[in-house]
Amino acid sequence: MKVGIVIFPGSNCDYDAYQAFKMVDGVEVEYLWHGSDDLKSVDVVVLPGGFAHGDYLRAGSIARFSPIMKRVIEFAESGGFVIGICNGFQVLLESGLLPGALMKNINLRFVCREVILRVENANTAFTSGLKQGQLLRMPVAHGEGNYYADISTLSRMESESRVIFRYVDREGVVTAEANPNGSINGVAGIVSEKGNVLGMMPHPERAIEHILGSIDGGHIIRSFCMAKT
Amino acid sequence: MKFQAKVNVSLKEGVLDPQGQTIGNALLDLGFENILKVKTGKIFTLEIEAETESDATRAASEAASRLLANPVIEQFKVEVVL
Repeated sequence: MKVGIVIFPGSNCDYDAYQAFKMVDGVEVEYLWHGSDDLKSVDVVVLPGGFAHGDYLRAGSIARFSPIMKRVIEFAESGGFVIGICNGFQVLLESGLLPGALMKNINLRFVCREVILRVENANTAFTSGLKQGQLLRMPVAHGEGNYYADISTLSRMESESRVIFRYVDREGVVTAEANPNGSINGVAGIVSEKGNVLGMMPHPERAIEHILGSIDGGHIIRSFCMAKT
Repeated sequence: MKFQAKVNVSLKEGVLDPQGQTIGNALLDLGFENILKVKTGKIFTLEIEAETESDATRAASEAASRLLANPVIEQFKVEVVL
């Protein structure tokens, strides 16, 4: 399997993402430059975290018009797998590949800390190697991670089990304290209608080795790669 | 002809505006008891070369709906002057 990591001017988790996928046996990783319109026949596209184009205007709003994004949108629309992490999630929302928007954190601060996620749906391409209700520890680091969708969009996504990760406390309960940014319903990660596009604010690629404090992010990445190869 | 367009982007009704609330609270602390609510937004000033005012308005509205505003959470108003 070949994974392509898109680099926008201002991406800063591109190498972490490269490393995280590289650690999985049988996975080849390539960088994709934002100004190119060639996806180099990858099987999966990853939009990494960072501050693409300085996050000017709104996070992800300018990156969404990069030449590579035209190809990424076509790729996703034809069923290709796309993963957006943090800033990459913001780009996916701005592109319309996922519903909703990410607003400024409710406390107006940049939040950088460890969170606990609960796997809400272990029946997706991204989570099939995980257990329903499994708790995963990994960091968040963002200023605009407050997920918002109007009530009808949100209730539709909930009824289709498309909220696949939620912020919870150590006991696995959704609480306001466990939610780092004020996201509606504690949403931390969602998938598209067809299930081929994942957007999440927490950083699985920063939790792949014990020395980093957690290996739980690696579980998500391995779960996905195993299901695909 | 050159026109100037002002695009005013603000959060839709019902979308939480923590910045506006924080500023509102600060104004209250300063004694502005008659200021009941603050909403934040952005103003973009565009210089547009167009034949007519309605062409300029169309260009500004398209720019606003495609890039300047995020229709999921924001609304916009366009005002064109010569």
